Amino acid sequence: MTRRARLTVDPIACDGRGLCAELLPELIRLDDWGFPVITGAEVPAGLHGEVAAAVRLCPRLALHLEPPPPGRAG
Amino acid sequence: MSRDPASSCLAATRPRLLPDEADPGAAAALRGHLARHGARPSCAGGRHHRQRLIGEVEEAGLTGRGGAGFPTAKKLRVLAAGRRAPQVIANGVEGEPASDKDKVLLSRAPHLVIDGAVSAAELTGATEAVIVAHPAACQAVQDAARERRAAGCDQVPVRVLAAADGFTAGEASAVLRWTERGAPVPTGRAPRLGRFGHQPALVQNVETLAHLALIMRHGASWFRSAGTPAEPGTMLVTLLGAVRWPGVYEVEPGVPVSGLLDLAGGTAQPSGALLIGGYFGTWVAAADVLDLPFSAAGLSPLGARPGAGIVGVLPAGACGLAETARLTRYLAGSSAGQCGPCVFGLDAIARELELAAAGGGGDLTRVRRWLRDVTGRGACHHPDGTALMVGSALRAFRDEIGLHSRGRCSGTSGAGVFPVPGPPS
Amino acid sequence: MASTQWLWFISRGSGLVLLVLFTAVAVLGTATRLGWGPPRWPRFVAAELHRSLALFTVALLGLHVITAIADPYASIGRAATVIPFLSPYRTAAIGLGTLAVDLGGAVLLTSLVRYRLGLRAWRAVHWLAYLAWPAAFGHALSAGGDLRIGWVAAVIWGSAAVTAVAVAARLAAAVAAWAQSASRPHRQVRRELRGANR
Repeated sequence: MTRRARLTVDPIACDGRGLCAELLPELIRLDDWGFPVITGAEVPAGLHGEVAAAVRLCPRLALHLEPPPPGRAG
Repeated sequence: MSRDPASSCLAATRPRLLPDEADPGAAAALRGHLARHGARPSCAGGRHHRQRLIGEVEEAGLTGRGGAGFPTAKKLRVLAAGRRAPQVIANGVEGEPASDKDKVLLSRAPHLVIDGAVSAAELTGATEAVIVAHPAACQAVQDAARERRAAGCDQVPVRVLAAADGFTAGEASAVLRWTERGAPVPTGRAPRLGRFGHQPALVQNVETLAHLALIMRHGASWFRSAGTPAEPGTMLVTLLGAVRWPGVYEVEPGVPVSGLLDLAGGTAQPSGALLIGGYFGTWVAAADVLDLPFSAAGLSPLGARPGAGIVGVLPAGACGLAETARLTRYLAGSSAGQCGPCVFGLDAIARELELAAAGGGGDLTRVRRWLRDVTGRGACHHPDGTALMVGSALRAFRDEIGLHSRGRCSGTSGAGVFPVPGPPS
Repeated sequence: MASTQWLWFISRGSGLVLLVLFTAVAVLGTATRLGWGPPRWPRFVAAELHRSLALFTVALLGLHVITAIADPYASIGRAATVIPFLSPYRTAAIGLGTLAVDLGGAVLLTSLVRYRLGLRAWRAVHWLAYLAWPAAFGHALSAGGDLRIGWVAAVIWGSAAVTAVAVAARLAAAVAAWAQSASRPHRQVRRELRGANR
């Protein structure tokens, strides 16, 4: 099973600006107060471009794409 | 300002951490401490020797007494094996208003805590030991440190720092940041074992360090001679609310909850519900829990945990829903304010609970959704713990909620039961 | 003769266009920060426009600087395009332009690598944009457009007015945030929701 890159939000940096949810509605929705909830942490292959754009555009640099964890042996 | 910490120990076995009933003030002074416990054995030495001593701690099965219950030996091993010299931080902040055990321990047995901190420093090769003490107990710890400096007790430098105010100030990364002259708020970096600040740090609750000091003197099998095989040793508990003698007691894990309440003189009136584990704990009906052993294993059928050993008793005449609303409002206000879901989510939850408590209002379906929404979305566990407590209240006080939706309330007294301090200065 | 006049026209013309573009970039930057925009526009539009327009503006700025060096009538010297107040020709006026290029260049370069730089370092440099615009404006007034021509003056003063409004709005937001955070020493989420947050 291949491990995928994971999308995370730094809750301290995040200010609820909302750009990420507009760019990635497949993976992020906004809660009742405008802050992002990651609904799909594992990024499907087809969305890597959009994810890169969202990470780049976040005004607070709060969106992070963590590299896939190293596979376990055995 | 919190209540004056009362201390009393009527455990069946002789107390280990808390001083003897006969002379409660004696152990605060160095002479009394040495008379009772003897001198602190040195833990310094080569790596092999220190790892063997850590093995003793592992065999004893000591786990953290700050609420999380993480095995202490594991933390010690990781830091002792590390390349860089760590620092030891004794966490006596006790930001939780319902808990008094750390203040009492630091006031009555500061030397035991400092012994533990210095031993931990020697075991991990640390450069210094910092005791962060709640302001109510700070003077006692500073006096003790001064006595030890004069007597030349410790090879490792010991520094005493007064804690900051506020609930979140007691969180491990917040304490670490406070010692580095930063703001006393959580940093949010996932704290892998020992690695959150500039220097690797061992952050341990002061009670855990006190137990460590005794294990170094008396060994693992002595430690295990009390408690249960899964949860050995003794623990400090804070009993508050509708008990005759609220205060801090030293007990063995596994003692039935009714036994705990008897230690505190029993309940003055019949109890309605108990809050087990503090403000991040679980509400349970008194009848359901009185016969259960007070331990992680014993309470798990109810979804409750001893946590930092806090049991609050709500008398039958008080309204559980109103009390929950009060606590939730306090928790919402004591957020560090760094993360949106915590700031806005807890405030919204508190508002709905207040409406429900006042009668006739409050959308509890929305509250349930919000409880899921705030969990795991802050930099620390403040929203998670609050959500757990509120979730348990919605289950435990189901009947009360039904009454309130029809504009009635079973409570007879309007006053709040548990302490809710004002905003931090 | 005709060829050098041609360079001079491009230099002056691009200068005026640059002032307008630079103003638009500043306004878009403020809009990104404050969440302004037409109600149905997604939040990322201002952010992307700000970024794209800034890159385009820099490209045009390159043209402006090259025509200035290439112009034999106004001998600036290549060094004066990066070191302010070095040009023997109209030292102060050109110097202000060079200053704007330097400051803007710092903002641009740090923005290209901001993810690696981290939020705090990137923000600290980005504040220099508030110095770059006045430098560019001073350059426009002294080295640039003929203010006796009506529409040129209108463009220049209009740009100033629009930028002033954006800066004032940004200042107001900063004061409000400072007032709220005065009680606690660490950064806090603002406790009232902006309109865009519902």
